[in-house]
Amino acid sequence: MNVQPVLLLTDLLVFALILVALALAVRARNHAPSRDAWRRVGRRPAAMGAAVILLVFAVIGFLDSLHYREPLPPAPGEAAAAQPRYSAEVLSVLDALLAPLRLQTEKTYSAPFARQLFQRETIEQPGGGQARIHPRLVYGARHLQPEDSLLADIARRLAWTPLVALAASGLLLLALAAPGARRHPGGLRAAMRRILSGRGTLAWRAVLVVAFLLALLIAAGIALAPHYHILGTDKVGQDVLYLSLKSVRTGLVIGTLTTLIMLPFAISLGIAAGYMGGWVDDAVQYLYTVLNAIPSVLLIAASVLMMQVAIDTHPQWFDTAAQRADARLLALCAILGITSWTGLCRLLRGETLKLRELDYVQAARAFGASTAAILQRHILPNVMHIVLINVVLDFSGLVLAEAVLSYVGIGVDPGTISFGSMINMARTELAREPIVWWSLTSAFIFMFVLVLSANLLADAVRDAFDPGGGR
Amino acid sequence: MSAYILRRLLYALPILFGVNLFTFLLFFGLNSPDDIARMQLGAKYTTTEAIERWKAERGYDKPMFWNPARAGMEKLGDTLFVDKSLRMFTFDFGRAGDGHDIAREIRSRMWPSLAVALPTFVLGLFAAIVFALLLVFFRATVLDFWGVALCVAMMSISSMFYIIGGQWLVSKTWALVPVSGYAGGIDMARFLGLPVLIGVVAGLGAGTRWYRTIFLEEISRDYVRTARAKGLSELAVLFRHVLRNALIPILTGVVVVIPSLFLGSLLMESFFAIPGLGSYTIDAIRSQDFAVVRAMVFIGSVLYIVGLILTDLSYTLADPRIRLG
Repeated sequence: MNVQPVLLLTDLLVFALILVALALAVRARNHAPSRDAWRRVGRRPAAMGAAVILLVFAVIGFLDSLHYREPLPPAPGEAAAAQPRYSAEVLSVLDALLAPLRLQTEKTYSAPFARQLFQRETIEQPGGGQARIHPRLVYGARHLQPEDSLLADIARRLAWTPLVALAASGLLLLALAAPGARRHPGGLRAAMRRILSGRGTLAWRAVLVVAFLLALLIAAGIALAPHYHILGTDKVGQDVLYLSLKSVRTGLVIGTLTTLIMLPFAISLGIAAGYMGGWVDDAVQYLYTVLNAIPSVLLIAASVLMMQVAIDTHPQWFDTAAQRADARLLALCAILGITSWTGLCRLLRGETLKLRELDYVQAARAFGASTAAILQRHILPNVMHIVLINVVLDFSGLVLAEAVLSYVGIGVDPGTISFGSMINMARTELAREPIVWWSLTSAFIFMFVLVLSANLLADAVRDAFDPGGGR
Repeated sequence: MSAYILRRLLYALPILFGVNLFTFLLFFGLNSPDDIARMQLGAKYTTTEAIERWKAERGYDKPMFWNPARAGMEKLGDTLFVDKSLRMFTFDFGRAGDGHDIAREIRSRMWPSLAVALPTFVLGLFAAIVFALLLVFFRATVLDFWGVALCVAMMSISSMFYIIGGQWLVSKTWALVPVSGYAGGIDMARFLGLPVLIGVVAGLGAGTRWYRTIFLEEISRDYVRTARAKGLSELAVLFRHVLRNALIPILTGVVVVIPSLFLGSLLMESFFAIPGLGSYTIDAIRSQDFAVVRAMVFIGSVLYIVGLILTDLSYTLADPRIRLG
């Protein structure tokens, strides 16, 4: 099928981010101090387990960033045109993979693994008269006869999943042990035993355990999701698992692109102010004091409101609804970046003030090196650990902030699926009788796992890279 | 001392002017008053006359910085910047979209905000410091490890889940207190108990961990070893020596938020229907009442700067070596 690739602005930045991350990874490999620091991160089991979870989230987010538009079938009575027309709906590879979840929408709420709708409906009976019953779902559990046992069916479908998970983690173990087998005596078997007993150089055992659990979950999802609504459906009948998976990209984009956008400003202004002093320092300090003085929620609210006016009064800027939502997401990242760069900028200024008095910087200046060269060669590499620590520490806060902002109404576009919009839609559901608990629970679990993993990894990174730390 | 305070207040003026100019550019530079008028009036009635009338009624029909139609100082004075932005320095915020005087509304709404925010702040600070000292007391034990793990887990939960979960458990399942609402006088306790409790619990994870690192840094100092060597019990060392010496880093983070307690919390007040400044701001955001948002930004910055000055003053109380001058 010929599809038209669509490159949204955030997609472009996501790809740029991946390239930057790869380049930095290569650099860290060839740079002994940062290689050692990353090793220290790798020795922490919690950090390695969290990294595996984050990697899975990142893959989901990446698949959701490959966007395309499907061609429309030619209108009846019209020959296949040379220029095919494309649907206005922008899909992603993740949408295509989750097609059963995306398309199998019910009428309204249904509980996880339910056979019937959650609410009663008045149905005209064939013999006349009406009845208030829970109608059968259109898609969920439709293969089950009324007398079939739900648990037996689930058990039958899950029977093969532990095997798959075991096989997957076994392959991972082989792949991890193979490089060590050549270098050490005892061969592959000894290398595998070293990993399994947790005596390896890095905490590979934690990786294997987490990978096994994740493989189990993913296999169970693949086995059950086409036949059941595992996490139920929401008010308009959309599958909650689909919504949760789609929210991942929004959270990741806000957590990472915000820092990507603000980093150039924070770094250049921070080290310029610290190194040059004088009026540059005064100007930068004035700028971040002013921005800092405004409470961040209010600054974000004001900026988002004005952005909303700009977007609403200029509908001609965007071709599709997806582009508008995407522009809004990016603008939100930029706005969050404006409010969050001040902290990093101040830290970098302080660190640069210390560095500029050190002997090697003085020596470089005495040799006549230009300011730009000193900043780039001598100052910047020595403040990068602060930048890295800040980036990973900020991530979880930004993911949490998105949910709050979307609730207040100054977050993502209403059409964008995010944790915030899920919570916002679900918050009245607990007041219903009987309560609808699954949307909120799903949003809670996905968000909790994402933020907790980020926090665990951030802790390890801070401990490993902060030279004065040891906290 | 008073000379110092006066000088700090004078330093604050350029910053407030910067805030003022920044918000003005944000509100009027990005979108012209015409755009805002069109937005507020909706697509239906957007004739040019309607827009002009809307602007004239609300005083938006002036040039931004320079009014050539006037004479003398009025060229600068009769402009949007002076009328809508600089005027806020006199705490005259104009009228909200519904015609009420914003300054009066703020004066009456800040007390409910304070009634929630102040107990939350005091109890939260107390609980976090006590738990942090306990963790430090049991440092490098299993209890410390799992305590920190619990803190990290608690930090990873969005505050909205604390609110929603708390309302569901305490108000709906146990039916102990009303779900939301507000009343003055003796009834206040019934309505404020739950938001305060949730606010304390929601902030506990991050707070405990933060104070724990501060105390741990302090506990490796020489004076602590001396105190132990002269035979003080560990509890006496922690509460009498470590806590007092850790006050400076604690005050740095704490005092600055005290004035901002007047602003209340957007989330709490919205979920619990408390008629404070937080819910006022949310209502203004949802109805796109820019005048109110502008006023809140200005007040927020003023309170923040007051907080910075108070922080410096509090240092002199905590540490007699620090002299301001």
